[in-house]
Amino acid sequence: MYDAPTLERDVTEAKTKFSARNVQVWYGDTHAIKDVNVEIEDNTVTAFIGPSGCGKSTFLRCLNRMNDTIDVCRVEGDIRLDGEDIYDKKVDPVQLRAKVGMVFQKPNPFPKSIYDNIAYGPRIHGLARSKAELDEIVENALRRGAIWDEVKDRLDAPGTGLSGGQQQRLCIARAVATQPEVLLMDEPCSALDPIATAQVEELIDELRANFSVIIVTHSMQQAARVSQKTAFFHLGELVEFGETGHIFTNPEDERTESYITGRIG
Amino acid sequence: MTDASLPEPRHARSLRDVDARTNRRNRAEARFRAYGIAAVSIGLVFLVVLLGAILINGVGAFQQTFVNVPVYLDPAKLDKNGERNIEDIKKVSTFGYNPLVENALLETVQASGADTELDSAAEMKKLLSASAAAQIRDTVIANPELIGQTVEFRLLAASRVDGYLKGRVKREDVTRDKNIDVAHLDLTDKLHDAGVITKGFNLAFITGADASESRPEQAGLGVSMLGSFFMMLVVLGLSLPIGVAASIYLEEFAPQNRFTDLIEVNISNLAAVPSIVFGILGLAAFIQFAHLPQSAPLVGGLTLTLMTLPTIVISTRASLKSVPPSIRDAALGVGASKMQAVFHHVLPMAMPGILTGTIIGLAQALGETAPLLLIGMVGYIATNAPDGLASGFLDPNSAMPAQIFEWAKRADPAYYERAWGGIIILLVFLMTMNIIAIILRRRFERRW
Repeated sequence: MYDAPTLERDVTEAKTKFSARNVQVWYGDTHAIKDVNVEIEDNTVTAFIGPSGCGKSTFLRCLNRMNDTIDVCRVEGDIRLDGEDIYDKKVDPVQLRAKVGMVFQKPNPFPKSIYDNIAYGPRIHGLARSKAELDEIVENALRRGAIWDEVKDRLDAPGTGLSGGQQQRLCIARAVATQPEVLLMDEPCSALDPIATAQVEELIDELRANFSVIIVTHSMQQAARVSQKTAFFHLGELVEFGETGHIFTNPEDERTESYITGRIG
Repeated sequence: MTDASLPEPRHARSLRDVDARTNRRNRAEARFRAYGIAAVSIGLVFLVVLLGAILINGVGAFQQTFVNVPVYLDPAKLDKNGERNIEDIKKVSTFGYNPLVENALLETVQASGADTELDSAAEMKKLLSASAAAQIRDTVIANPELIGQTVEFRLLAASRVDGYLKGRVKREDVTRDKNIDVAHLDLTDKLHDAGVITKGFNLAFITGADASESRPEQAGLGVSMLGSFFMMLVVLGLSLPIGVAASIYLEEFAPQNRFTDLIEVNISNLAAVPSIVFGILGLAAFIQFAHLPQSAPLVGGLTLTLMTLPTIVISTRASLKSVPPSIRDAALGVGASKMQAVFHHVLPMAMPGILTGTIIGLAQALGETAPLLLIGMVGYIATNAPDGLASGFLDPNSAMPAQIFEWAKRADPAYYERAWGGIIILLVFLMTMNIIAIILRRRFERRW
């Protein structure tokens, strides 16, 4: 599996999008994230890997404050998006989420038409002033989601009637439609078959041109294929963070090595 | 070690020999299936018996015996001044109409050629309902120009005559009846053959008001139906918005703490509170404290709202809970606020469940009697329909189940028949509501 051309990949120097300092997360009494420090760059795919329950999804959900919806969850520390503290009292989480889009593990299109699925975000954020503009946004988003050709003739069909892979690409298109700056993806391929996975991975690589993409994945192969940076989480700690090629071929921490060679996890 | 101690390998036996265990298991399964079928059949038998009994006993109420009599509306009696002044005409009471009815009936009997032992017109008049004179008077007051003409009237027959033709009253029953004799029944038979007495559909039963104890033939469910209707308007108008708002808040916005737990437990408890308790609460709160008018559909509706609220809250919360959380995540993920997520996505998906719960709650309220007893909605309401929206809510009225209860209480067996007939109407309403619930659910579900 490690014959993927991970080493040749060059990483251009990019500006920091997210920076996290001493982030702690508690679920009630459980200390789920312990002291995580990480810098996430723009126009880069960053993969979070690690065994189940290691906190990678929890950390991801901190980045657009989705954890706010969980009553018992408490986040401490400092997370900055473009230098602004996203947990500042003045920050409205709704505005933050418009900037930091999210794609979930299970494809979750709204039970509405394909068009309405995409148009919902732009509508509530007032991104389109006319029907024509909205049409254009929808088309662009669907093209970005690499699903336009498959659905352009049936935009009125329900989004839930698509296949799993199409649904997930629809969800990605929906996230893209609100013109976010960062895309969070929580195991976006875990419910998909290999062909759909390949399509979504290809799409992620294309999205890198415009967004900072953060992807949580169980599959190390996937992390190796799509990401430039990889963060390895274990038991709530960020064990190692660096160039993907480096992590997979020459890990510094022995826990990382154990995980990627299959001894833990 | 010898291999003699090893058990015989299981697979040595053919698949075709069924072993004792399998036999037992199969028998147990067959038994269970039989119990199930028996249980379903018993349920069905009860249903058939129930519906059969209701239909057999109640269908009679939808038929009514009428006596067709041409009545000469004598101007000398009805309008002595001859000015056709409506006030003068109204001054003539039903007593003034009695001679007209008696004459008309006597002539009709003679014309039909039926010979009878009854010697006087006053005796013959016992064939007619006591309301016959009032029936004619109402017609005359509505159309004063009829005075002086001979008008064919379809007068209500007395309840005994009606019962006799329906088979409820037997000849041997009337020997001790002071209202009617065998001679009357003989005449009834003859007039029936002559076509003077006919049976027809009883529209007045569906549209009319209650009548006094001695005139069951005149009693109808219409006014109490309106009472129920106005109550349901109150219940729907209050319990749907309050119930849905409370459920959305509790389910989607409220923090999880002791206090909300307490509220939750209490809502479940409220749903199990006997309805008569809500009745006495309504009596204390709405009538004695707030001084709202007694027997008014408004008060009935408020009381039933208290009773329906927990049902609606529970079913609404259940249907909100059944909306997959991924939809909320999806909405929040594209930057919708909590409220947008709920109102744009969760609520529409929960709508079929909410509607079903509401309609079932309403149906429950429609059939509820006990609380109405305590707030005085079991009155004797012989007046006609309320003449406006305000009076519909505020004037004393009864409700369908309360009216049925009233009729069932009365001594005359004719009222017993009316009570069953009322049950048929009530059931038709309930079934209609349930069908509407099903149709709405289907229609809303089709959108997804």
